[in-house]
Amino acid sequence: MHNSSCTVKETARKILESGQAERLLGWEQDSSGYNHAPAVFKSAGELDRFIYDRFCGSNLSKLLARLREAEGRTAVLLKACDRESFNLLVREHRIDPEQVHRVDIECSGMVDIEKLRNKGIKGIREITESGDELHISTLYGEKRCRSEEVLLEKCLSCPAVSSADAFDAVGQMEERSSLERYEFWKEALSTCIRCNACRNSCPVCTCEQCIFDNPRSGTAGKASADFFEDQHFHLVRVFHAAGRCTDCGECTRVCPQGIPLYLLNRKVIKDINELYGELSLEDKELGKGALTSFSFQDAHPDIIRKRTGDQ
Amino acid sequence: MEHRVYSLPKKRMGELFGLISSSRQLFLPMEKGGQFQFSRVDEHTDLEGVSLDRLLTAGSAKELFFPQTQQIAAFRRRGKEIELTSAETLTSAFVAFGVRACDARSLEVLDRAFLGTPRDTMYEEKRSKGTVVTLACNEPEETCFCSVFSIDAASPKGDVETWIAGDTLYWRPGSEKGAELTQELDALLDPCSEEEPEGLIQLKQQIRSIIGKLPLGRLSLEQFRPEALQELFDDPAWQKLSEPCIGCGTCTFVCPTCQCFDIRDFDTGEGVQRFRCWDSCMYSDFTTMAHGNPRTSQVERFRQRFMHKLVYYPANHDGLYSCAGCGRCVSKCPNSMNMVKVMKTLGGAQHV
Ligand code: SF4
Ligand code: SF4
Ligand code: SF4
Ligand code: SF4
Repeated sequence: MHNSSCTVKETARKILESGQAERLLGWEQDSSGYNHAPAVFKSAGELDRFIYDRFCGSNLSKLLARLREAEGRTAVLLKACDRESFNLLVREHRIDPEQVHRVDIECSGMVDIEKLRNKGIKGIREITESGDELHISTLYGEKRCRSEEVLLEKCLSCPAVSSADAFDAVGQMEERSSLERYEFWKEALSTCIRCNACRNSCPVCTCEQCIFDNPRSGTAGKASADFFEDQHFHLVRVFHAAGRCTDCGECTRVCPQGIPLYLLNRKVIKDINELYGELSLEDKELGKGALTSFSFQDAHPDIIRKRTGDQ
Repeated sequence: MEHRVYSLPKKRMGELFGLISSSRQLFLPMEKGGQFQFSRVDEHTDLEGVSLDRLLTAGSAKELFFPQTQQIAAFRRRGKEIELTSAETLTSAFVAFGVRACDARSLEVLDRAFLGTPRDTMYEEKRSKGTVVTLACNEPEETCFCSVFSIDAASPKGDVETWIAGDTLYWRPGSEKGAELTQELDALLDPCSEEEPEGLIQLKQQIRSIIGKLPLGRLSLEQFRPEALQELFDDPAWQKLSEPCIGCGTCTFVCPTCQCFDIRDFDTGEGVQRFRCWDSCMYSDFTTMAHGNPRTSQVERFRQRFMHKLVYYPANHDGLYSCAGCGRCVSKCPNSMNMVKVMKTLGGAQHV
């Protein structure tokens, strides 16, 4: 475990200098002060552009899976939320753990720049932190804001940062009638532009060719003309990820339309927890997932009607 | 022809919207699910949701002229006959209010692509029925770099240009279409006596001074010339630049100037609905031919998007760049890769 930003960079340097890994997957600093991109660093000399701060929300596991053909070992930095994705990718043979030097890093929550903007903060020049406050110097004056108010959705229920229950919002949704839920999703998904950011950044979505990209699948919708297609894309995706989604929060973080995709994933996780026992990726055996194994003790499909009371 | 300036107290803008929407469809930047979109306004709309303070809508104004999906034709089988109906063009006259200068420029870029030869009649129809009312940017964002492409956010070109200066809305028609709309609104709009009222002059100065301070305002275009095409194409930096790109296509869908579309058939069971929808050069199945996508790797696809904006398009269109500097790709890429980083790196500077 490494604690502060400086020590993370130091660790990165040691790894590259000592040759423990050929390359390191981390984040490269941007002049905006927040728009840091994931990047591969091949030598300690390249590290002057390395950064680890409040704006490194992206999960590096997916990019790591793309590097699996690369020669030699790759070091990767994993925040608490990213570790589960990493485990999943190892379990599904998308990452060869022998080829990876894994570094677990600490995180005190990542800032969602959209939330800052929604507070009316514009023209950001520089963001510094002191105590639990962010000081934002903008083209329109100095602004302040408590960092906990602008954390990414995924951080709000991350055990490393907060004690909130990830399933609260799902519980509230379950209280609503099915018609209300239908209306909610119809509205929420109506803004989906099918840009595929959610799918492409999802560590679970590692199919070589997604059915939504395959012109021969009969389901390749490049755009959603109506609510049926919106649902089709999102429900197929959420079910394909069922028992594998680790709630890393990438889909929600990247959606340019701010659609609360986490509600869908967490609903499935909650149901799996309740019906099949808590999701665990520690189990190295592939066939053991909630939807990839069968036993006579499993919940009967009828459970849906029993639980919702709908006919 | 120089048109005169009109004014309206800002608090009466609701009436203005009411009057416009009584005779035409009206689209305004509205908040929907926490995001800002151009949305249709009618007498039932709560104007509370209108957001003219927020600079940019998540998707651009292009959606009103070149929607994400558009039906082209329908085929239906009847015995041995096939019945063909072309999609009806039902666009009524509409007004897009609150279009920023960058989005207005993007329409110029789209016009050259769609209104050349062959003419895209579906786009042409919407373009002829739509009146663009622009709005000057009082508070540009740090992601804005329109000025790099000689776009003046203080005086945004459109059928009508507007400004909100303090408690006043200033309104100036910029085309015949705009003059027509202005006439319809003469019960509300008050002609100003001066050619350019003091409040307006001050606001423009203020905006230009902020634009001068924008962190991305001094990007250089010098390197992006048609003669440098091969050199830029072969630049080894593309490899590194494209590393974080996951090929999601978000940048192309939020971009006001991206213009590629695909034509697809939807099997209804009894026939086929043919439609077009936005496509993205970032996708693996883009322009698929018998042998697949001619660009087989993500680095090639990534390079295409930026080369098109900065080199190919200007080479074919009298030097007009097909980026408007709106900054949407800057704020929306899941992995923080964008036009600015490409320009900085290939333009000679490092993107730190
Ligand atoms: S990222 Fe958002 S807008 Fe894009 S496809 Fe996913 S849900 Fe739709
Ligand atoms: S938004 Fe970013 S990751 Fe997605 S295709 Fe564009 S450059 Fe690549
Ligand atoms: S390339 Fe980016 S900055 Fe340029 S017009 Fe498109 S979205 Fe805007
Ligand atoms: S890029 Fe220019 S025109 Fe567009 S919103 Fe920013 S300041 Fe306004």
